[in-house]
Amino acid sequence: MIIFGFLAQTLRIVIPYIFAASGGVISERSGLIAIGLEGYMLTGAFCAALASYYSGSPWIGLIGAAAGGIAIALLYAVTAIRFRADQVVVGIAINLLAVGMTRFFLRLTFHSSANSPRVPGFGAEQSGTGVASLASNPLIWMGIAAVALVAWMLYRTPFGLRIRAVGEHPVAATSVGIRVGRIRYLAAALSGMLAGLGGAYLALDQHQFSAEMTAGRGFIALAAVIFGRWDPVRAALACLLFAAADALQIQLQGAQAIPSQFVEMIPYALTIIALAGVVGRATPPAALGKVAE
Amino acid sequence: MRKLLLLVGALVVAHVALLFVRVSGAAEAARPDAVNVGIVLDVGGLGDKSFNDGAYRGAQRAEKELGAHIRLIEPGEGADREAGLRLLAAEKMDLVIGVGFIFTDDIAQLAKEYPKTNFAGVDYALATDRAGNPVPPPPNVAALKFKEEEGSFLVGALAALVGNSKKVGFVGGMDVPLIQKFEAGYRAGVLAVCPTCTVVAQYAGVTPEAFRNPGKGKELALNQYQQGVNVIYHASGSTGLGVFEAARQTGKFAIGVDADQYNEAPGRIVTSMVKGIDVAVFDMVKRVQDHKFKGGIYTFGLAQNGVGYVYDEHNRALIPDSTRARLEQLKADIIAGKISVPSTR
Repeated sequence: MIIFGFLAQTLRIVIPYIFAASGGVISERSGLIAIGLEGYMLTGAFCAALASYYSGSPWIGLIGAAAGGIAIALLYAVTAIRFRADQVVVGIAINLLAVGMTRFFLRLTFHSSANSPRVPGFGAEQSGTGVASLASNPLIWMGIAAVALVAWMLYRTPFGLRIRAVGEHPVAATSVGIRVGRIRYLAAALSGMLAGLGGAYLALDQHQFSAEMTAGRGFIALAAVIFGRWDPVRAALACLLFAAADALQIQLQGAQAIPSQFVEMIPYALTIIALAGVVGRATPPAALGKVAE
Repeated sequence: MRKLLLLVGALVVAHVALLFVRVSGAAEAARPDAVNVGIVLDVGGLGDKSFNDGAYRGAQRAEKELGAHIRLIEPGEGADREAGLRLLAAEKMDLVIGVGFIFTDDIAQLAKEYPKTNFAGVDYALATDRAGNPVPPPPNVAALKFKEEEGSFLVGALAALVGNSKKVGFVGGMDVPLIQKFEAGYRAGVLAVCPTCTVVAQYAGVTPEAFRNPGKGKELALNQYQQGVNVIYHASGSTGLGVFEAARQTGKFAIGVDADQYNEAPGRIVTSMVKGIDVAVFDMVKRVQDHKFKGGIYTFGLAQNGVGYVYDEHNRALIPDSTRARLEQLKADIIAGKISVPSTR
C-alpha cells in the first residue's frame, strides 16, 4: 500500500515534468534554448482553465492549453529568429511576461488576482487516490506517449533529422535546402504545445488556475533536458528521478528523515554534475543559442 | 539592436505609467478633519482573497465610518513597492500603510526620510538585537503584529475535536519562523484537547515558491489523508488550494487561513483561522484621526479580535454545539491568560 502510494505519487508528479522536458528536448535540439518552458507551462495552465471554464469540457481545455503554449512559444521564436535577440534574455522575458499576463487576464476574466473559479477537470469529486483515479486522467497516458512520440519523431522521421541538423549545423542544413527558420518555428511551436499540456495537467488536476502555479517546474524540466543529455528518453528518466525524489521527500518528511532543502536541491545539483562531465560527456547541440545566418 | 532598445524603452515607460493606474479615488470630503490614508498593497493586488482584500475592507470601513480619504496603490512587482510608498509619503499623507512583511525594510528606510509622516506595516518584521530582544520600530512607525498562534491554537483544538482520528495534519508553505508560529499554536491546540494525538506537519518547500505551489500542496495533503489524517490546517498561501482539492478528492476536511476560505471548497472547509487585517487597518486610521497615533508595536490577538476562527451559517453543521462551547472556553482562557500559547516549535 505504501509502495503503491509512492509510485502513484511519483507518476502524478512526473507528468508535468515530462511534458515540458519533451518540449524542451525538441526546442533545444533545433538550436533554440528552452529557458522559457516555465512561461509556456504557466500560459498553458491558464489557457486550459480558461477554455475549460467557458466550454465546460476539459478536452477543450487541452486544446486551449496547446494553443496558448504554441502562441507564447512562437512569440519567443519570432524574437529569437526573426529579430535575432539573445535567446537567454528573451527566454527570461517570456517567463516574466507569462507571470504578468496570466495575472492580468485572471483579473480581467475572473476578477481575482489569486485564482480562477472551479473549472471542469478530469478527476471526479471524491474519486479517491486509487488506480481508477490515475487511469481516468488521460493526461497521464498522453504524457507517457509524448516521450515515445518525440523520440520516434527525432530519430526516425525526416522532420526529426532536419530538427537535429539545424541544431547542429544550420549552415550545412541550409546548403542542402533545409529552411532553418521554418524548422525552428515548427520546433518552437511543438515545444510550446507540449509544455502547455504540462501546464494543463496542473490546472485541470487542481480544477482551477492559481497565479504562478507552475512554481519552477519548467526549470526542473530544463534541468532534466540537460541531465538527460538532450535525449527524450533519458530526459524523461531524469524527470522520473526528480519526481521520485520529490515523492520520497513527501512520504518521509513527516519522519524528518531527509531535510527538504536537500531534496529541493537535487535537480540543480545533478544538472551541474552532468554539465561538469562527471556522468559521460554532456554536449549540447552545437548551434544551441546561436543565430542562424 | 536599436529597435530592441526602443522597444524596451517603450515598455519601461508603459510599465511606470501603469504603476499608478487604478488608483481608487475616495469619496468627496465629508468632514473637514478627514485624514488622508495611503495604502500600498502587496504584489497580487485586490482580489487576492487574503491580505490585500482584508486591508481594503478595513480601508472601506474607515472611509464610511470616519470619512477618511483612502488612496490605494497596487504595485506591479517587487521594486514598485518602495516607489508606491515614496509617492504616498511625498504627497504628505497622514498615514501610509504597507501591507505585508515584505514592506519592512522599505518602511524603515522611508520613515527616516519622512520623519513627520506616520507609517504602519502589516506583519512588520521586527529586527532583534544581540540578546534576541525585538528592536522597536522607528518612532513614526506602527508595527502591526498578529498573534497567529492564538488563532491557530483554537483551530488545532477544533481539528482534534471533530477529526475523529488520532492524527491531525498541518501543511505549511515556506519553512520559516513566521509559518512555524502557526504550526506551534496549532500543535499546542491539538494537544490541549487530545494529549495522545500526533500532529503530522509538513512544509511545501524552503523558497517563496512554496506559497504558490498547489500541485505540491495536493500531494502533501493526499499523503497525509492516506496516513489516516482527517483534518488538515494549511498556512501556505495558494499552495493550500491544493490541500482543498485533496480534501475534495478524498472526501476529508481542511481548515483555511488568513481569510474565510469556505467558498474554495464548500462543505470540506471546517473553518478558517482569520487574521483581522481590516481591524488593524481601521484601528490605525482611527488613531490618526483622534491624534493618538504613536509609533511602536501593536499586537492583535484573540482579545483584540485580531485573530479568530470562522463560525457562521456555512460551517455550523460541521461543528457540534458542545465543541463550539469548548472552543469558546479555550478562547476565554487564552484571553484571561490561563493558557499561554507557544509561538515557536
